[in-house]
Amino acid sequence: MSLAANPRLEQWVRIEPDGTATIFTGKVELGQGIVTALAQIAADELALPLPQVRMAPTRTDMSPNEGFTAGSQSIEVGGRAVRLAAAHALALLRAAAARHLGCPDPRPTGDGALASPDGARRVSYAQLAADVDWAAPVPDAPDPRAPAARRLTGTPVPRIDLLDTITGAAFVHDLRLPGMLHARVLRPPRRDAELLDLDRDAVAAGAGVVAVVVDGRFVAVLAEREEQALLAVERAQSAARWSTPDVVPAPGDVRAVLRGAPTRLHFEHHEGGTADAATDVTLRASYSRPFLAHASLGPSCAVAQMTGGALTVWTHSQGVFALRAQLAQALGLELGAVTVVHVRGAGCYGHNGADDAALDAALLTRAAGGRPVRVLWSRADELAWSPAGSAMVVDVAARVRDGAIAGWELDVRSGTHAARPGVGSGVNLLATGHLADPIAASAPFEPPPALGGGGDRNAVALYRFGAQHVHYHFAPQLPLRTSSLRTLGAFANVFAIESFMDELAALCGRDPVDWRLAHLDDERARTVVRRAADTARAAGAPDGEGTGLGIGFARYKNHAAYCAVCAEVEATDRLRVRRVFCAVDAGRVINPDGLANQIEGGIVQAISWTTKEQLGFRGDEVTTRDWETYPILRFSEVPDIAMEVVARDDLEPLGVGEAAAGPTAAAIANAVADAIGFRMRDLPISYAAVARAIEDAAPA
Amino acid sequence: VIALRVNGNDVEVGADPDTPLLYVLRNDLGLMGTRFGCGQGLCGACTVLVDGRPRQSCDTPTWMVAGTEVRTVESLAGDQGRPHPVQQAFLDEQAGQCGYCLSGIVMRTVALLEQSPAAGRDEVLEALDGHLCRCGAHPRIVRAVQRALAERAT
Repeated sequence: MSLAANPRLEQWVRIEPDGTATIFTGKVELGQGIVTALAQIAADELALPLPQVRMAPTRTDMSPNEGFTAGSQSIEVGGRAVRLAAAHALALLRAAAARHLGCPDPRPTGDGALASPDGARRVSYAQLAADVDWAAPVPDAPDPRAPAARRLTGTPVPRIDLLDTITGAAFVHDLRLPGMLHARVLRPPRRDAELLDLDRDAVAAGAGVVAVVVDGRFVAVLAEREEQALLAVERAQSAARWSTPDVVPAPGDVRAVLRGAPTRLHFEHHEGGTADAATDVTLRASYSRPFLAHASLGPSCAVAQMTGGALTVWTHSQGVFALRAQLAQALGLELGAVTVVHVRGAGCYGHNGADDAALDAALLTRAAGGRPVRVLWSRADELAWSPAGSAMVVDVAARVRDGAIAGWELDVRSGTHAARPGVGSGVNLLATGHLADPIAASAPFEPPPALGGGGDRNAVALYRFGAQHVHYHFAPQLPLRTSSLRTLGAFANVFAIESFMDELAALCGRDPVDWRLAHLDDERARTVVRRAADTARAAGAPDGEGTGLGIGFARYKNHAAYCAVCAEVEATDRLRVRRVFCAVDAGRVINPDGLANQIEGGIVQAISWTTKEQLGFRGDEVTTRDWETYPILRFSEVPDIAMEVVARDDLEPLGVGEAAAGPTAAAIANAVADAIGFRMRDLPISYAAVARAIEDAAPA
Repeated sequence: VIALRVNGNDVEVGADPDTPLLYVLRNDLGLMGTRFGCGQGLCGACTVLVDGRPRQSCDTPTWMVAGTEVRTVESLAGDQGRPHPVQQAFLDEQAGQCGYCLSGIVMRTVALLEQSPAAGRDEVLEALDGHLCRCGAHPRIVRAVQRALAERAT
């Protein structure tokens, strides 16, 4: 949608009087380094040094609407748009220079000017800018320049935004406006709890408290100082009485929840022979993943100000245009009265609480008569009220004939991975459901496969089987609020597919790598599998009792980057991932260090998901609300990671941000099976879970 | 009024003495480089140095640091804003993704450099274990800390 929806050159590029270029983008920095990569692309196409390219902040009144920054699409789609726009800008500047210099084919000098072929005369971009038609449409044509002409693409340009984070203010959390109030929201203790009573006067009596806002079961305090807001919300918590369930629910069980939830068939895939393999099954197994938290290190935050009926919101949302529409709808404002400005937040891995915090701030600036209001979520609310990544159950069955997989059936069950604001006709922001006059959220929705799918993402294996039949049973109502978390369904599907591939290989007495290669036709896929396996083997077999090696592979979304991961684990009196070997093919690489950072980070995060993480819940109440009950991987638990990137300079760049997660989970599961001699099929594969399984397996 | 010494400057702030130091640094003194992560001293994002020792400012009442020397990331830059060697090591290793955890880790590293300049890898990991990073930048961060130590040794 990037170029088609924003065709005019001026929507992407502006040459400033000082000769620098300003680049406008709808893709936002989430910590993934995209702004650096886009600046690199623009600098190359404009033949400018990197410091002469400035990336404009993304805001609804100035930036091209490129939808969400999600799905590993920012290089593939957003990067392509910037590339074509910047290249077109240079083409028009060259045409203007030819007229100005009176010579054909002027050449860029590399520092913001064009020169006659003999180099005798030159004219700067700034001088030429007035002669360019910036309203002209950008041709949506293939790459105009040969790879050789690009100086920065493929080089490890340092992040242009890293220094700010270690010197001072850098985040939306750090924004301070004159007269700004600090707000905290008191959430209900459970999703369905009703507010019975709140002694507002007791809360309002606190030092510095300016207002206590109660609208239905949306409760917030506004104070002059931040610590006063904190004390006030603590007081509100003690002063509030909420409805309680008649029976306290037992701790939630993922498999029971998903097997018990009504589902509808959202997606099916059939290739090869009949789906009826029930009489001829060689092996079947069932895998699960729990609900997972985004667990951003900085809780969600937003600042909002209402001035003369116009609302401005500063937010770390992944989709400022969709958020603008939702805020307008929620507050009954015209779209034109709302401006949403992106300011970076802590690392974002999907649809977290950012948009919800933006609505909180908008509601509260209105309640405060337009004074600017800053809302910051607590750690507990960040873990309990941000949308979770959905739990899933994946059942797989296969029949093997003549040493190959003749038939394969996969059934996946999941809640939604797509409840972002702007999906459907409702308002998908937390507080709207808590207001006295609530606005309904959209009907539960999963994206169609053409948009990358949700729970069905990577449910179809890339392998060649005699027949492959896949069903996605979408469960629209689960006890927890779920939405997009990095890789959506791919994490569980790849974990299941790649675990089951190993189970089948073991059954047939085959080496797991050979077994995969025997079912894999795509040469790029075969290459990453071989490279990762060869590197792992060359490093030597794992030594010591209770150690194991495993492999996992996937092509993310079956059309983005290829990634194979080998993991070496130790399962003794502790469970530890010792070493990881990885091979990636992402086509042409824009920034090799940015790619390495994304892959490494994806591996580390996936080790954390795989070995440590699960949201605990009772009924619809999240019970894991701090870092002690929701632990994530620590520095001392992070393994050495060796990575190889397969160079493909002649192929289009592929999104890489989510490629490593599924393969990492599978590699760990397969390594643990290798180490302990039997299979762990439920995530997380924690030390406690392994110890319990060993105990259960021991003869009585 | 509480009298404090922060980044080499004597300052007086009007906050309630029980106010966590984090909010005094950020809101009274405008030192935004120290970050809120959990408010329970469990993630390390708010780490500052108090008399040279790392301390979580989110659960340290301000009265407790009266009469001490408090240092934040804002104190690190040298002449003309030249990055401190620890900051430079993080830039050299491109050690970070979102960067939210980094200022606390940088301060922890400054303390390590000053107190245990010969720290080996195990000591580095032990020092960092009170810090959480969600993006998975750990391998780079460890390399950056080791680089800072190595460059000090030379």
